Amino acid sequence: MPTNSALMGFVHRRRRGAELFLLVLALIVGIGAYAAVGLGVDGEVPANLIGYGGWLTLLVVAAHVAVRIVAPYADPVLLPVVAALNGLGLAVIHRVDLAKDTGLASQQLTWMTLGVALFVGTLIALPDHRLLARFTYTSGLAALVLLILPMIPGLGTSINGAKIWISLGPFSFQPGEIAKLLLVVTFAGYLVVHRDALALAGRRVVFVDLPRGRDLGPVLMMWVVSLGILVLQRDLGSSLLFFGLFLVMLYVATERPGWLVVGALLFFGGAATAYRLFSHVQSRVDIWLDPFADADGKGFQLVQALYGFAWGGLVGRGFGEGMPQRVPYVESDFILAAIGEELGLTAVMAVLLLYGLVVERALRAALISRDGFGKLVATGLAAVFALQVFVVIGGVTRLIPLTGLTTPFLSYGGSSLVANWVIIAILLRISDQARRPLPDLAPDAEDPDEQATQIVKVVPER
Amino acid sequence: MSELTLFLVRIAYLAILWIFVLSAISVIRSDMFGARVPAPASPGKQPRPPKPSSPRRGQPTKVEVVQGVNTGIVADLSQAPILIGRGNDAAIRLDDDYVSTRHARIVESGGQWYVEDLGSTNGTYLGSQRLTQAVPVGLGSQIRIGKTIVELRK
Repeated sequence: MPTNSALMGFVHRRRRGAELFLLVLALIVGIGAYAAVGLGVDGEVPANLIGYGGWLTLLVVAAHVAVRIVAPYADPVLLPVVAALNGLGLAVIHRVDLAKDTGLASQQLTWMTLGVALFVGTLIALPDHRLLARFTYTSGLAALVLLILPMIPGLGTSINGAKIWISLGPFSFQPGEIAKLLLVVTFAGYLVVHRDALALAGRRVVFVDLPRGRDLGPVLMMWVVSLGILVLQRDLGSSLLFFGLFLVMLYVATERPGWLVVGALLFFGGAATAYRLFSHVQSRVDIWLDPFADADGKGFQLVQALYGFAWGGLVGRGFGEGMPQRVPYVESDFILAAIGEELGLTAVMAVLLLYGLVVERALRAALISRDGFGKLVATGLAAVFALQVFVVIGGVTRLIPLTGLTTPFLSYGGSSLVANWVIIAILLRISDQARRPLPDLAPDAEDPDEQATQIVKVVPER
Repeated sequence: MSELTLFLVRIAYLAILWIFVLSAISVIRSDMFGARVPAPASPGKQPRPPKPSSPRRGQPTKVEVVQGVNTGIVADLSQAPILIGRGNDAAIRLDDDYVSTRHARIVESGGQWYVEDLGSTNGTYLGSQRLTQAVPVGLGSQIRIGKTIVELRK
């Protein structure tokens, strides 16, 4: 609706000052956590606090200045929220480092630097998110190539049973993280062109309007191929994520609630089939149903995480007072268990609220966006974010069976962090376009008298 | 480091975390409805702002049809907004079958020229991009309307 905001008589303000204020608070959250870790573990403020805090401040200020210059109307809340989450994640990884004597936090800081650089680069290189619509099919192809890459012998590496990594020199990279962003662009670009055909043309079967094969075909193919690759790579979390993403975008684009019913049926069908076919799915479900059946073996990770949450209680044990290192992979998939143990339910709820805010801001950008492509991309990115948080946190807290995914911005993992920073850059670009006031076009052409006297001239057919 | 200090550090940190969350929410709350448009909302009754007396350098002064049936038609930009279409009231009247009656218009806002599609059947294109909202145009911008191309000139 181009005139929506004008009709309601308001314009969006830039709110860059509010963003700066929130960023200062976010820095206090990040650097404060780092200082608290030092105080709790070693009994003193860490010696490199100034250097560490300075570097974090530099990154945040760089991102803020870039937003101020190239996206002045962008959403003021998104950047501070992700900066705070990233800062908190760094501190918790540092805490685990101290317990395990590893050096993951400094690697994560390197990845964050790269992430912020790409964030700034994306904002500068992409003055208008609609440019992405040109790369609908290119990005689809790129996503498939990225998903296939880890299956190439020599390039792909198998870590913990999932073949989703490629190693480039010292760093290993998870191309699926970038692929999810590319798939959102592909789905949005395709659906925005074909949504009328998808919603209106076709037959009605029971209670669902099935679209014609030629409309749905390409995107369905794309989705089946990407899901197939992920199932072959035994990457359960990502398959769930892509399935949900596809469903949400189809539902939003066509406005047909029948898709949700179809999707739910497909999901339960697929889940039941996977349970019968794959032993690792069975063991995940068994662990979920009764983690204490094999508390020292298969259920060890989840049981330790649950003990951590219980030991943490309402306000946590305090940094350095817990034993988060007892949980395997506490720095990546199970980072929420470390937060729950040392900072308690209070901090876990704050983290969940922050994730909720990110999703809310993304959906708001989708609501106020003036073009269909922007709406769909923002909705898709919000869905990716929400599903990812739900799947991983639901798994860690034993709400649903555990599937491996990273907690966005908190977990240790370079590819995920970098991809998420780019996602936030695109969301900021969409919200900048949406909140930017329309140019005040001379209203006299809309003079009602002139419109009433307009002569409708019938042009003879030639 | 005493127990009490560590306890205070922990509580202080949780407080900071929640202060951040609540501040973010309060920014969202104050952002909910944006700012009121400062100008009173009764268009049509206001006197029109005076036209810029002399066009600045590098600014286009006329629109010319450079390709199509009506090649050569020129409209002066000082009569903005310029309506382009097949209708009689259009400043640039095109005899192109692929052009709508009121197809597009070229308007000025804050010293910048914009082209805006008026809900035409076949769309208005700037390069390969179909317009969905008003888009800034400058000197030499070629706007495709049906089978016709118009250009902003000095």
